[in-house]
Amino acid sequence: MPLSRIEISRRTALLTSAAIAANVINPMRAFAQETPRKGGVFNVHYGAEQRQLNPSLQASTGVYIIGGKIQEPLVDLDAAGNPVGVLAESWESTPDGKTITFKLRKGVTWHDGKPFTSEDVAFTAMNMWKKILNYGSTLQLFLTAVDTPDPQTAIFRYERPMPLNLLLRALPDLGYVSAKHIYETGDIRQNPANLAPVGTGPFKFNKYERGQYIIADRNDNYWRPNAPYLDRIVWKVITDRAAAAAQLEAGGLQLSPFSGLTISDMARLGKDKRFIVSTKGNEGNARTNTIEFNFRRKELSDIRVRRAIAHAINVPFFIENFLGDFAKLGTGPIPSTSADFYPGPNTPQYPYDKQKAIALLDEAGLKPGAGGNRLSLRLLPAPWGEDISLWATFIQQSLGEVGIQVEVVRNDGGGFLKQVYDEHAFDLATGWHQYRNDPAVSTTVWYRYGQPKGAPWTNQWGWEDPAIDKIIDDAATEVDPAKRKALYADFVTRANTELPIWMPIEQLFVTVITAKARNHSNTPRWASSTWHDLWLAE
Amino acid sequence: MRILNLAGRRLAASIPTLFLILIGIFLLLQFAPGDTVDAMMAQMGGGDAATARELRQFYGLDLSIPMQLGHYLWRLVRFDLGFSSIYGKPVASVILERLPPTLLLMTASLSFAFFAGLVLGVVAARGVNKWPDTLISTLGLIFYATPSFWFGLMAIVVFSVYLQWLPAGGFEDIGQAATGLARTLDIAAHLVLPALTLGLIFLAIYLRIMRASMLEVLNLDFVRTARAKGLDETRVVVRHVLRNALLPMVTLIGLQAGTMLGGSVVVESVFSLPGLGRLAYESVVQRDLNTLLGIVFVSALLVIAVNFLVDLLYARLDPRISAGA
Repeated sequence: MPLSRIEISRRTALLTSAAIAANVINPMRAFAQETPRKGGVFNVHYGAEQRQLNPSLQASTGVYIIGGKIQEPLVDLDAAGNPVGVLAESWESTPDGKTITFKLRKGVTWHDGKPFTSEDVAFTAMNMWKKILNYGSTLQLFLTAVDTPDPQTAIFRYERPMPLNLLLRALPDLGYVSAKHIYETGDIRQNPANLAPVGTGPFKFNKYERGQYIIADRNDNYWRPNAPYLDRIVWKVITDRAAAAAQLEAGGLQLSPFSGLTISDMARLGKDKRFIVSTKGNEGNARTNTIEFNFRRKELSDIRVRRAIAHAINVPFFIENFLGDFAKLGTGPIPSTSADFYPGPNTPQYPYDKQKAIALLDEAGLKPGAGGNRLSLRLLPAPWGEDISLWATFIQQSLGEVGIQVEVVRNDGGGFLKQVYDEHAFDLATGWHQYRNDPAVSTTVWYRYGQPKGAPWTNQWGWEDPAIDKIIDDAATEVDPAKRKALYADFVTRANTELPIWMPIEQLFVTVITAKARNHSNTPRWASSTWHDLWLAE
Repeated sequence: MRILNLAGRRLAASIPTLFLILIGIFLLLQFAPGDTVDAMMAQMGGGDAATARELRQFYGLDLSIPMQLGHYLWRLVRFDLGFSSIYGKPVASVILERLPPTLLLMTASLSFAFFAGLVLGVVAARGVNKWPDTLISTLGLIFYATPSFWFGLMAIVVFSVYLQWLPAGGFEDIGQAATGLARTLDIAAHLVLPALTLGLIFLAIYLRIMRASMLEVLNLDFVRTARAKGLDETRVVVRHVLRNALLPMVTLIGLQAGTMLGGSVVVESVFSLPGLGRLAYESVVQRDLNTLLGIVFVSALLVIAVNFLVDLLYARLDPRISAGA
């Protein structure tokens, strides 16, 4: 693969500063010290509207990209991917891992002027994170109470040990705080503030014009000195990807985050000096492309058939020709961007080997029948991205070559989830697994047996393995970070050996941003973060 | 008065049709796998089964399908369009917000298509089989054969990205928050490209119809009589031919009002206009049945209203129609 600009910026991304990355992209700008400029309107591409904008109630990038500027989490990640306090200043855990104490920031006020206190944290944790927030209800399953001895202290009490590192890595996404005085009366789900969020963040909600735009304005009483720089952020609702690219070029947009444009437009704008196209700043949102096997199908419960399918697909060829610089070969459920948990590439892998695939199928007793056909399968691709659609077609053609006939059944979002995760009406499915900084938050539910029917993105394959269940359960309550890492290495080895799901491609979302932006893409979940230091050069 | 009577009867006849359409759409959407809660889960990026169960109860999706349909129709009889699950607001107010851009877009592109089609059709018919006719007919063919999303994107590339004459999308400029005349002009500027894009296909149709009907009327006896009386050519065309040739054009307006609503889905997406077409598309994807049925209802009303106006226009153009009715 050619070593392009984008590739370099991704490899250097996690550990280097923004200055060095900028050097790679544009040497002329390298070390010129610029003074931040106040003011300016930042227009952001917003692809799909949400039903609500409060990140304490819904963990998804579509909500963070707006709600994350208005509300703040207890903890975020810094440039190196380490937890750094936002609404919390410090934290400590008792050795048994059952009590975790957060010291909260002083002098923070909500946008309506009321002070931010530990009462807000306790209320949000018990009523939103534990009960409503997706992923949060799993993470906080054993949270029994949050004590508030004084306005600046929140003590989380757990029934079972909660590894501090797990909590800190989960909180950037699952730790947004809402104001108690706004939510304490009435149905939380129906609260009008869900569409007009009130937070402590650098930007104040101004207006939501359905189908058109959302506006937030600078918060003059923000607790970080001198922040924010921008006067206003406008999210423009543009559903058509090609139209969004044209808006960028016409100057109507300054940012399209989360791979919001077509692959060809991103590649084209990458050559345009007015824009920076990069995967940097998305390391915390790594995703892998999957092949999910339905074990209820007799042939697929045979490990030789699953391995044959993995061997039959030339993944490097697919990446080079269809995804270009935006993807690379994956090695399993924990992506290489995860500095804390990535076990290295030396777990069982399935390189392209057509002869081996054929031999495995023969061994499994699947002889070619009429027309060389050994087996017919239905493949359901998720409709989230261009890459999934291409990948489904590629799987279909690759498996055709070893005598497995694949019918691709396309659905929209609701239909896909219903058929795969509720009705189990699939043989193969393919979509994205999105990694959220700690395997216990995002990944192990894909493998743990006993997930309730109808829960999307969980083990609905009918796969059962007590060995992996034990590793998962042990790791979720292991307080020692080194032991946790070792357990997750075992987890990846076991997952790749048994292969209930195969995750052969690793991708980061692509950000397309104006070259005038400064202090952007400087954290691993930048597009979701507060943008308090973002500014626009003249 | 007779014409009003006729239109009134037509209106009454359309009510059962309307109900049949709504029931049909309701049942059709049941065949799509997944419901609004599945779509919501897809948007959230996951959630547990208990939450999903709770949400289904909240939206009344745990009831049987005949029960749901019954509830819906009962509400409709009381002029209540229900509650939108994506927008968290009554469907009526969601649709009311989205109606103006669609109406503006439809009116603008329909009038553009009608008048430009009329003029081009007359010019083509006057110079039949000569170069203006060939040129106009070829253009018409191109407009008709090209998909409107492509036209839209090309228009954005040329007029917004390169020339920077017109805005690339949206309904109005958010930054300026203009009022009064300035706002009107701003909205008009935003509507130019979408209206032209949506109108081009219809323009092609009008042009062909106008050309054909002009040619037909030009050969009729009364035209020869008018010429024989010594009227000059312009007078013959405007006073005698045009008026008679307009009838099929007016018929088409009524028919195309419905088609245009469908075509606006694409144009509204390309130009990011907050109209009914895009709302309909979103409600299908999000399985928001109430909103979709509400849109069908309102669109049907729109089509009925346009046809009513067309009936009135008919009578004005051809007195035989109201006399005969």
